[in-house]
Amino acid sequence: MLSSSLGRKVVMALTGLFLVMFLLVHLSGNLLLFKEDGGAAFNAYAHFMSTSPIIRVLEIGLFAGIIFHFLEGVSLLRKNQQARPTRYAVKSPSSATWASRSMGLLGGTITIFLVIHLADFFYKSKFATPEPGVISVIDAEGTRDLYAVVREAFAVGWYSAVYVACMVGLALHLFHGFQSAFQTLGLSHRGYALLVRRIGLLYAIVVPLGFASMPVYFFLKSLN
Amino acid sequence: MSESTLNLTLKIWRQKNATDAGAFVTYKLDGVSTDSSFLEMLDLLNLQLIEQGEVPVAFDHDCREGICGACSMVINGRPHGPERGTTCQLHMRAFRNGDTIVIEPWRAKSFPVIKDLVVNRSSFDRIISAGGFVSVNTGAAQDANCIPVPKPDADEAFDAAACIGCGACVAACKNASAMLFVAAKVSHLAMLPQGRVEREARVLKMVAQMDEEGFGACSNTGACSAECPKNIGLQHIARLNREYQRASLLTGK
Ligand code: HEM
Ligand code: SF4
Ligand code: FES
Repeated sequence: MLSSSLGRKVVMALTGLFLVMFLLVHLSGNLLLFKEDGGAAFNAYAHFMSTSPIIRVLEIGLFAGIIFHFLEGVSLLRKNQQARPTRYAVKSPSSATWASRSMGLLGGTITIFLVIHLADFFYKSKFATPEPGVISVIDAEGTRDLYAVVREAFAVGWYSAVYVACMVGLALHLFHGFQSAFQTLGLSHRGYALLVRRIGLLYAIVVPLGFASMPVYFFLKSLN
Repeated sequence: MSESTLNLTLKIWRQKNATDAGAFVTYKLDGVSTDSSFLEMLDLLNLQLIEQGEVPVAFDHDCREGICGACSMVINGRPHGPERGTTCQLHMRAFRNGDTIVIEPWRAKSFPVIKDLVVNRSSFDRIISAGGFVSVNTGAAQDANCIPVPKPDADEAFDAAACIGCGACVAACKNASAMLFVAAKVSHLAMLPQGRVEREARVLKMVAQMDEEGFGACSNTGACSAECPKNIGLQHIARLNREYQRASLLTGK
């Protein structure tokens, strides 16, 4: 099943929906960044996340999910391009949404984002040796001051702008992807298709907006 | 609407055979009645070409009444032209005097061009041969009430059965995917008691053949359904996905 075009789309849909759930958890945890306590709550949360064995296991699942989603996405994209070797001379305005026709491009934007994001935050929170200018340790348990890393990173205007732009890409990917995943899984019926669409729309607006608000918040904070 | 005539510029894809590179050729055609159909307009052009000793434009057509699905061509970037429905049901009143009309064949690896606007759609036939039929010998026609079919199922099956295999869905899809066509066929038979007997084997074989033919995968853009002359809906694609997953889980294939 998993080698057919329909089976590969099932992999896309399941990994996509898994990532959708992850982003919700990720966002709710990161909302601690907005707590005006100099980052104490956020750092404690980040420390738990980077040391708990349960989170370790989930993390492996998460990376597997991203990798499968990425590899299947690239392979489907290639298959789809090969299916039309000659383009049309006239392109008429399409009845399909731009997002639905640009899932590869939007996925590519997310990939670039992930590389930057993981190198700057994930790596520093777990693997980088603590040293001035990289990340510092603030207590005896080895809690790292990830809050400061976030604050400093987002004080840079262009860096924050890149983040916000990538979140627009994510929003568009999910605007189509959320409901598309349900259609791929056959979970679409006149009775609830509209509800799925609406939840997808809500998700595609709220979650990327939540993430985008973080660089904006720290950038504005750095100004005064 | 009263009849008037149009003077048109036509840019048509000309390709001698499957191996020829092909190119657009521009023609002037005057005095086209707004009451004529699009295919009659092409007939008029071909008469003009024959009189000039040139090779007429090859295009597919058969019933000319919107039921056979033969009349494949992309007109100004849209399969079957600016209106919902087949090319043979498109009338020249949809165009204006002085218009330039660009006509291309369906573009898909699985629909290779045979000549000019004519493409080879045998890939669709092979998908049907793979399982798009009921193979039990049904004998003489049954009494209408002997196999009860719920009315909503009958309606849904009938809507799916309206597919004429024209290929506009493939032509419209950015991935040249045949999902809507296969969905219509699978859905049609899976909704009815006669077809349900072989539903697992059918969907697995038809999907395997669809992939084998080199059609793209479905990105759920919905461009297919928007161009389908028979209004085949996207719910049939959801059903195809369900049927396929169900069959895979039940048969382990
Ligand atoms: C690693 C970067 C990513 C790439 C390269 C990527 C690529 C793609 C592509 C190409 C598709 C469309 C498949 C098709 O049209 O057939 C897709 C669908 C999807 N993506 Fe992503 N994506 C990425 C990240 C994400 C993330 C982070 C999420 C969720 C938070 C996500 C959620 C989805 C969903 C729900 C679908 C719909 C599946 C379906 O159509 O059935 N993707 N992705
Ligand atoms: S689904 Fe519609 S567009 Fe596709 S082959 Fe059937 S009738 Fe034509
Ligand atoms: S010629 Fe038969 S549908 Fe157009």
